[in-house]
Amino acid sequence: MKLVTAIVKPATLGAIRAGLDRLGVLGMTVGEVRGYGRQKGHTEVYRGAGVSIDYVPKVRIDVLTETSIVDAVVDTIVETARSGAIGDGKVWVTPVESVVRVRTGERDSDAL
Amino acid sequence: MDSGNTAWVLTSAALVMLMTPGLAFFYGGMVRSKSVLNMIMMSLGSMGVVGLLWVLFGYSMAFGNDVGLGLLGNPIEYFGLNGLWDPESLSGSIPTLAFVGFQAMFAIITVALISGAVADRIRFGPWLLFAGLWAVVVYFPVAHWVFAFSDEEAGVVGGWIANTLGAIDFAGGTAVHINAGAAALALALVLGKRRGWPQEPMRPHNLPMVVLGAALLWFGWFGFNAGSALAADGTAALVLVNTLVATGAAMLSWLLVERIRDSHATTLGAASGIVAGLVAITPAGSSVSPLGAIAIGLVSGALCALAVGLKYRFGYDDSLDVVGVHLVGGLVGTLLIGLFGDSSTPAGVDGLFFGGGLELLGIQAVGAIAVLAYSFVVSLLLALLVKAVIGLRVPAEAEDAGVDESEHAEGGYELAGFAVSRVAAQQPGGAEPAPVSTRQDPTQPQQAFEGSKQ
Repeated sequence: MKLVTAIVKPATLGAIRAGLDRLGVLGMTVGEVRGYGRQKGHTEVYRGAGVSIDYVPKVRIDVLTETSIVDAVVDTIVETARSGAIGDGKVWVTPVESVVRVRTGERDSDAL
Repeated sequence: MDSGNTAWVLTSAALVMLMTPGLAFFYGGMVRSKSVLNMIMMSLGSMGVVGLLWVLFGYSMAFGNDVGLGLLGNPIEYFGLNGLWDPESLSGSIPTLAFVGFQAMFAIITVALISGAVADRIRFGPWLLFAGLWAVVVYFPVAHWVFAFSDEEAGVVGGWIANTLGAIDFAGGTAVHINAGAAALALALVLGKRRGWPQEPMRPHNLPMVVLGAALLWFGWFGFNAGSALAADGTAALVLVNTLVATGAAMLSWLLVERIRDSHATTLGAASGIVAGLVAITPAGSSVSPLGAIAIGLVSGALCALAVGLKYRFGYDDSLDVVGVHLVGGLVGTLLIGLFGDSSTPAGVDGLFFGGGLELLGIQAVGAIAVLAYSFVVSLLLALLVKAVIGLRVPAEAEDAGVDESEHAEGGYELAGFAVSRVAAQQPGGAEPAPVSTRQDPTQPQQAFEGSKQ
């Protein structure tokens, strides 16, 4: 089992979820986060005074998945989140030792 | 009595009243979320304090018979509005009390305007004290100078700017905007800069709310300006149209300055340009044609957009640009009457561009500078007085945490309920509230709140 984590532009979330649904992914965790990458934030202007926004809004997605489809999950996220502009985000994969469904106590594959 | 005129003035009074809560939204959206309520409360506080003072003796100080040199009305002549509810008591063609109510709204919003300069750092009590003192010592006399017209037949003797000087200020460019702007500068200087200004970014926390406030101001301003005709007539109609076009023009010119200077036309710029145009057309509404109003709007929008940068150059922290918008906008409108004044309008005086020479411009300048100087000096003294007697600023820690919490024990927004860990009623005698478990019993979801109802 793998944990796929993605930091992407908020506007791409709907398309990512639709793509993962088609793959048969049954759930995800989403959070509003802020951060910066190579573009180091952006600048806004209020009555002529520039304000540097150091941490820009992003969405963080966590998906627990079977190892067999992890590449497809990653590919789907990358394809749907890509605009080609700076700030599209990152996706990474982490090995997961064990998963338990809290309600039933089921473990690992049964718990996904 | 003319019932049509009365209906219009009463309606206008209600329109102008809406401007003060509108201003509260306009200002409230521009501050950081930790001081939105304090910003709103300073406007609401003005409604209470100034409204009462106006009825007690403010109206009498402004519109009572002059007690000498055109400087002040007799404060006891209409104390408590004595006798003015008599059906026979008329002001022109409307009941005197309709005029009293209409003018009360002007006094209230003028004081509320000042609060934009002191956002985020003034204590609420000292603000209320300053607001009351300023209304009595500055606004009531200046309103007398500008708005109290003499009537020889009725034996009424008014103020010096309206009668002796003869400057044109239709709805309050000097009495309201230059007056409030100069006071804002003085109070901001005495109060000092916000902690972290100008290094720390202090961006507006809610721009839609700023636009809502600007919209309410524009709506109410039709009463403010067109209502100042004190009649439902052609003057009111011209002023209403001028208030529309000057404001639109100012918004566009502010946005143009931004587009050239900062490469983006911003929402805050549009809202600010609206207010700049409204301010500038206020004194000039009845003395210029609609084309003149457009010119005044274009000039005021551009100049105010440039003027809001002055505080960074000179290093005074006028938080929400009361100086850049109201003082500068008021000066633009008041002085441009001397250029665009048109004798075919109800005010009937030609400015420089209509063959009237420089005389009107000179008169307008004297009126503007007199109000500016008086307001600035007296406001400075009042601010120093309040500072010396009870202090003005919140402590540094309170300013960092936000004045909403320290001054009002409230927060503007509750976005994450899990942050509340205990709830209890304030016990008489200041007893420590009992801790309440954070784990709610699902069968009694209201349990945690019952303590606050005791």
